[in-house]
Amino acid sequence: MENKDIKDIENAMKLANDGLPEKERALFADARPSHIGPANKYLEKFMNWARSRSLWILAFGTGCGATELRPLFTSRFDASRYGIAPRPTPRQASVFVIGGYASIKTIKRIVRSYEQMQGPKYVVALGSCTINGGMYYDSYNTINRIDYYIPVDIYITGCMPRPESLIAGFEKLKENIRAGECDGMNTYADNFDWYKKNQKQIIKDWNMPDYNW
Amino acid sequence: MDIIIKIFYAVISITVATVWGLTLGGIVRKTYARVHKRIGPPLIQPFLDIIQTHSRRETITHGVMFYLGPVFRLAGGLGTYLFIPVIFGSVVFGNFSMAGDLLLVMYFIFFGQLGMALGAGEGGHPYSPLGIARGLSQMSAFELPFSLAVISIAIQYNSLNITDIVAAQQGSILNWTLFTNPLAVMAAMISLLGMNMHSPFSLVLAPQEIPIGPPIEMSGSFLGILQTNRAIFASAKLVLFMNLFFGGAAHPNVLIALIILMIKTLGIYMFSVLIGASFPRFRPEQSFRFFLKWPTLIGIISVLFIAYF
Repeated sequence: MENKDIKDIENAMKLANDGLPEKERALFADARPSHIGPANKYLEKFMNWARSRSLWILAFGTGCGATELRPLFTSRFDASRYGIAPRPTPRQASVFVIGGYASIKTIKRIVRSYEQMQGPKYVVALGSCTINGGMYYDSYNTINRIDYYIPVDIYITGCMPRPESLIAGFEKLKENIRAGECDGMNTYADNFDWYKKNQKQIIKDWNMPDYNW
Repeated sequence: MDIIIKIFYAVISITVATVWGLTLGGIVRKTYARVHKRIGPPLIQPFLDIIQTHSRRETITHGVMFYLGPVFRLAGGLGTYLFIPVIFGSVVFGNFSMAGDLLLVMYFIFFGQLGMALGAGEGGHPYSPLGIARGLSQMSAFELPFSLAVISIAIQYNSLNITDIVAAQQGSILNWTLFTNPLAVMAAMISLLGMNMHSPFSLVLAPQEIPIGPPIEMSGSFLGILQTNRAIFASAKLVLFMNLFFGGAAHPNVLIALIILMIKTLGIYMFSVLIGASFPRFRPEQSFRFFLKWPTLIGIISVLFIAYF
């Protein structure tokens, strides 16, 4: 391939950021998320062990399921004994709990927060609303399946699931992390265009950069 | 050759400080959890957290100063620690103690925060300058009673060398500054509450007000460095307080001296942790006023007392 062609492909790979006004586009990055593979086999095993023992949840309640997160951290259920702790900023969090139904207004924030989290990042989808829409399946204002928009690692069924089932779900997540199966970050990077297409289909007022790093 | 051995000793001493600082962090979390009637995370949780932050695959950065911020912070922690003689009379744990090291240590306590202010500001998040403004103002406020206490004991022992000050306290428990100059200890212990930043003085890392404050944009290894520094800095401050006020850790056998050090530092730390577990957070202006009022007054009285009586 000639240099010119490579440049053309590179330009085509850049994100357009066309939701933003013309003068603001230069302020945001136009790079896509990149696929970052695991490290050396044994090192990765060790790191996965540490990751599974120290899950930092993004303290962002996205739906009515967020109610279940409060008792999870207080004295009755005390998730901190399993190494689960809330973290106030997406930069430091590694687990995103989608708490039930996601309205279209919220999915915009979910996408932004998810993209700002630093990988490896895991998503726990809570309640039947995230799986098939649940009782909001025909609502004009909520999405039905969360995994069209961001990759999900664990589903916890119920409406609402009790804190016990959340803890059980986190234990399952830990098992999967230790087995090296939770790779949502790379799934998102590999299928970036598909996820973006779905997101833009549902979010009509797209006034943010295409990738919010 | 001499300096290489010295560096080797310093590495041992820093490792001990880091491990003990992180263990203290685990004990603190456990204590808070028990006060809340929870079981709490395992003692090794701080170690796991550090491995976890260092094993992130991506880490966002915002520029050169953003890189340097955590490095300055760590340099501040290491600087504070490396000029304090950890165990009295020990070569391995003597660190780089020298004449006038007390002034250097006091400077280094400030230094890390200033470096962090430069670095976190570049993150661009509005909450980080807010946290820094709170942190620096509170630091200026609690530095006043602490300086007064240090001046008071410098007059008392006629020295600014920490080793000399520890040496003067040997012999009997009644030789400790705690008993010979209780007012200075009182002022310094109150300023330690601010230094350790537990409630009611947890203004900087106030997750419910300014989500985590200065390190809000720090992720991955940056955060890992900050956590490591928090452990080293905590043990450095506690060892400093133990040396200045509680007779230091002195025993011919290094291991027994280390155990003495652990017991004393744990006791000093628990003082601020138990107060932290029982009080809610001050508003910034309440905190600054508090430090500038009672502890400062006690500090002034202690200086006057030691100088004229």
